[in-house]
Amino acid sequence: MSTLIDIRDISVGFVGRDGRTREVLRNIDLAVDSGECVGLVGESGSGKSTLALAAMGYLKRGLRLLNGSATFNGTDIFAQSRQELERIRGGQLALIPQNSGQSLTPTMRIGAQLHEALRLHSALPADHHATKAIELLGHVRLPDPKAIVTRFPHELSGGQQQRVAIAMALAGEPKALLLDEPTTGLDVTTQAHILELLRDIAAERGMAMVYVSHDLGAIARVCTRVVVMYAGEIVLEGSTRHVLKSPTHPYAQGLLASIPKLDCAALPIALDGRPPAPGDAGAGCAFADRCAIVQDRCRSVRPQLAPSEIGGTVRCFLAEEAKRQKGRTTGAAPVRYSGDDTMLDLDGLSISYAKPRLLEQMLGRGTNVPPTVDDISISVGKGETLGLVGESGSGKSTILKAIAGLLPPAGGAVTAGDQPLPHTVEQRHPSQLRQIQLIFQNPDDSLNPRHTVSDILEQPLKLYFGLSGNKLRARSAEILERVRLGAHYLDRLPNQLSGGEKQRVAIARAFAAGPEIVLCDEVTSALDVSVQAAILDLLNDLKKTQGTTYIFVSHDLAVVRVLSDRVAVLYQGRLCEIGQTHQVFGGESHPYTKVLLGAVLEPDPDAEPTLAADDVVERAPPERGCPFQRRCPRRLGAICDTDAPPWQSPATGHAIRCHISLEDLNAD
Amino acid sequence: MLMRRLFLGAITVWIVSVIIFAGVEVLPGDACTAFLEREAQGKLLENCRETQGLNRSAAERYFDWASGALRGDLGVSANGQKSISELVGNRLRNSLLLALCALTAGVPMAIFLGVVTGLQRDKPVDLVFSTTAVFAMTIPEFVSATVLILVFSVWLGWLPGIVLTSAGSPVSEFFPEIVLPVIVLGMVMTAHILRMVRSSVIEVMAGDYIQMAILKGVPYWHIVFRHALPNALLPAINVVALTIAWLLGGVVVIEVVFNYPGLGRMMIDAISDRDLPVVQAIALIVATVYVGVNLTADLMTMVLNPRLRTHALRGS
Amino acid sequence: MTKIATTPAENTRLQRSLGVLRDVMARPSGTIGLTLVACHLILAIISPWIVPYDYKAMDSLLMLKGPSGAHWLGTDHLGRDVLTRVLLGGREALLVTGIATPIAVIWGGLLGIFFGLVGGRLDEVFMRVVDAFLSLPWILKMLVLIVTFGTGIEVLIPTLAFFYGIPVIRIARAATHDVVARDFISAARARGHGRITVISRELLPNVLDTLMVEGAMRWSWMLLAFSSLSFLGFGVSPPKPDWGLMIADARGFMSFAPWGVLGPVIALSSLIIGINLTADALAKALGIDRAQKAPV
Repeated sequence: MSTLIDIRDISVGFVGRDGRTREVLRNIDLAVDSGECVGLVGESGSGKSTLALAAMGYLKRGLRLLNGSATFNGTDIFAQSRQELERIRGGQLALIPQNSGQSLTPTMRIGAQLHEALRLHSALPADHHATKAIELLGHVRLPDPKAIVTRFPHELSGGQQQRVAIAMALAGEPKALLLDEPTTGLDVTTQAHILELLRDIAAERGMAMVYVSHDLGAIARVCTRVVVMYAGEIVLEGSTRHVLKSPTHPYAQGLLASIPKLDCAALPIALDGRPPAPGDAGAGCAFADRCAIVQDRCRSVRPQLAPSEIGGTVRCFLAEEAKRQKGRTTGAAPVRYSGDDTMLDLDGLSISYAKPRLLEQMLGRGTNVPPTVDDISISVGKGETLGLVGESGSGKSTILKAIAGLLPPAGGAVTAGDQPLPHTVEQRHPSQLRQIQLIFQNPDDSLNPRHTVSDILEQPLKLYFGLSGNKLRARSAEILERVRLGAHYLDRLPNQLSGGEKQRVAIARAFAAGPEIVLCDEVTSALDVSVQAAILDLLNDLKKTQGTTYIFVSHDLAVVRVLSDRVAVLYQGRLCEIGQTHQVFGGESHPYTKVLLGAVLEPDPDAEPTLAADDVVERAPPERGCPFQRRCPRRLGAICDTDAPPWQSPATGHAIRCHISLEDLNAD
Repeated sequence: MLMRRLFLGAITVWIVSVIIFAGVEVLPGDACTAFLEREAQGKLLENCRETQGLNRSAAERYFDWASGALRGDLGVSANGQKSISELVGNRLRNSLLLALCALTAGVPMAIFLGVVTGLQRDKPVDLVFSTTAVFAMTIPEFVSATVLILVFSVWLGWLPGIVLTSAGSPVSEFFPEIVLPVIVLGMVMTAHILRMVRSSVIEVMAGDYIQMAILKGVPYWHIVFRHALPNALLPAINVVALTIAWLLGGVVVIEVVFNYPGLGRMMIDAISDRDLPVVQAIALIVATVYVGVNLTADLMTMVLNPRLRTHALRGS
Repeated sequence: MTKIATTPAENTRLQRSLGVLRDVMARPSGTIGLTLVACHLILAIISPWIVPYDYKAMDSLLMLKGPSGAHWLGTDHLGRDVLTRVLLGGREALLVTGIATPIAVIWGGLLGIFFGLVGGRLDEVFMRVVDAFLSLPWILKMLVLIVTFGTGIEVLIPTLAFFYGIPVIRIARAATHDVVARDFISAARARGHGRITVISRELLPNVLDTLMVEGAMRWSWMLLAFSSLSFLGFGVSPPKPDWGLMIADARGFMSFAPWGVLGPVIALSSLIIGINLTADALAKALGIDRAQKAPV
């Protein structure tokens, strides 16, 4: 096989404010053969996307090539003229971007964008472009390609946009595809479908692929070889099986151990510390400060990337040692709830975003639109953690907002402890407000950029406990300690903290109120996996010491699995299933739960997803019948469209809402 | 959506008419005492009030005035009691002529320079034009007009520095006297629009879809014209409209400096004479033009922006 | 490539302001702009003590004389020293706009924040009124009031403050909408803080940047309006010196005595350009791009 992409000793950097050159990529060698699929893995800031774009001869504004070369199919990319690059890019070497929604030109129809790609990069005569465009869209399994060509990008769903981007990349019949986080931000089922499509296309056309992702599950599914990057350099390279099953670099081990797994109830292990900023790696190994088996020479001498006797290529003096040490792969056991006092009770909660229009108001009618969230009855025990799962648009966050009093429900009741809660924040008593605290998804948005950490923590302390002066400061420091941040963080502003530290501050703020119930809204979604593991560990710890009740919302089933005692599955704002975590994640379950579980990608080359339902995005729940009627792979017939399904209980505490009988559900 | 915009525009004009009318009512005195000043007594005042219809209730007068305005009848002036619609006719034409000349010369140039400076960000071309633009947009119109007259009329003697043509003359007679006023007005306008287009172009060129287009191998000029400009110029439309509307205030000063017989100078004269009916009429006309320009910009954006278009079709 | 500041000490308000100031000064536009503005302010304060002549002193023998050792910028049509009048000519303008600008930003800002928070029908109706006010040219609104009430500063200050506060409402409202959508506001509401606390602690610090840049811009527009009014004869009344008025007076003799025009032209232009350059640098230092906004 011939080498298609050949990157030699490439270094890329930018000139910092202090005038020093800071390297984002450091002496990278990478060769990709035709027909091969290589995964580039690393956390944010590792330089993986920069490397992929450098293979196309493209550097983001401010970045400069410091050293090395990139060759594609024998031509030195950085030595080419603009015209020559325009011929190669999108032709033989195509990119599929991370966020297709923003990578498609908003003012051009899909058809026009495809025609442009065909005109530039295919030999087809112009009058064949229209048919070819439709053919390409069909090829990426888009329903009704004839209609899609006339659409604008914003009229498509995220999954559809991604498929269009793939079709566009295929227009030039490329020899190699670069994929920059192509499924990040998509729902699990959509992601699984896109990955299968990519696998099939690669196999069918014999294309080389470079797949950039932070998601080892996706990499495991598509790639034959994996390159692990850390702080701008390659630390480990080897076959997918070798890297994922028996990694020889301490960082790769740590990364793998920090991923929560669906089949394992233990907490993932966090990697402490954070990677050095560009240019700050120092003389020794970039990973030295976070490494568990670090030795003195690691800090002074930079290890070289070398073939290891135990397989793959590794940048570590202690690869063998690391392999031997590999024992600890699971973390602490999560705290489980035992008890039967009810802490929070939702009774027939329904929430509607649609406001009655003026005309309807005047005629005294409500809207005909079915409510966004409907008929949610759940009770959560004291000290219990309830996981809420579902795809985007399932109403998970909406329910949390209603519990917190930020969004008045259209109907139903919320009871905390033994007192019913008024619907809005304004009507609630301070003690009721203190009782329930909400942690948001993105700390960049939930922490006021103008407040220091102490300002942030003092607010609940002053409001609920009337603290002041030295007491206030001491208490803030104490609370900060509890989320494992030192008191020296008190005077920092949020933009002086890392993502994980910010989220810790947000958690500290919630716990400063001494709440009984903490609502966690996708609290780890914006974080890297190693940081996520640390946050999960922290939440687990706080639950142990404070006996807090959690409602934990996430789209990531493995994360929910780790922390939750019970799990509720939502589709289109309606409950499908609720039960103990092990009951929901194993044995008989709702067809939708099955679809979700089947689409989860494990960081294991042997795991294979099952794609039971297609990945159509629904905009509104159906007016009658089962909410899942339109996508259900086990649809019975008209009854699903007309009658609301009954609750069935296969075991104590486990309930499934489906027309299919329990025996039949079990049979699958 | 479309109907809603039109409706809101109409509402705004209606509110303007109320403000104008109420404003004059609230001010001490009335149209006749203001105009006649010290002679405002006895028969003279009586007569004036009679012709202005000031003896009726405010609501009645507002209704008459507003319904008249809808039919194109703006009442009679306090000074000489002539029909305001007739007085205004030529002046409005002259002001529009000035604005249109400045627009046709300025807007294409502004867009062109804005695109060039945006694409050549921080390069010498950009620095030269951006700095010039800051000067052009900040220096008051009467200052730049004075300097231009000094240079081109007084020192070089190339162009007439003052307009002597009377209001009712045919359009062709305004040339070349109109050139200097057009340059002054066009300069300020060009500078404003240039800066907006520039920053819009910079923002769009930094976008994901431009990076994607580069990586799809789309030729540079193709990226600029098909991918970048339609997106960069869309938000500029509204801003351009606001700028034009705002510059209507600047026209007044320019007309005075050059003695140009337009609506602006008529307004200053009317204010100096305290001829309130004329002031009211001009205010209403200018406000309607302002609302109209903005409305047109809204509609243009709606037609050209696919996102808004789907929104409009679905109904908000 | 997130940049992480290393010194946590620089977080008090004063230190932040100093940091912004340093950032402004680090840009060429900021250095030039601030220097110009500072020079003008200093001159306006000390000029009564340093001017060589009495600004009212007329001398029929010295009418429209060119620059000389005794009169560096020559004399005007009444034989008054042009340099003296140029040095004094910005005081009234700076005084009036210096008081009117903060008033305009404060009342417009507060009202804008209020309506941005309240939203709903009330907001919609009020915004139509704002639109209606904006649709009238500034010069007309100002002139009507001035002609009715006179041209003293007791009329000019409130008039300028009122009309230039109206566009601030729109800007403050838009900035409020941006901030209100963010989670830290929801977090504060969910904790149960009162509306006043949410506005003053959470919202205001984040809207303030926009209002500051807006204030600098308003100031330059106001100066422009003030001098235009003077030029048209509706501002400062003679014999008080004012740049706008001086330009208007000297225009008639421009063909043979251009120095009478050039002095005030340069003085006025340099002040307005100085303010604009400062506003530009400030907007960049605070991360707000000003060029996108219309000059309403």
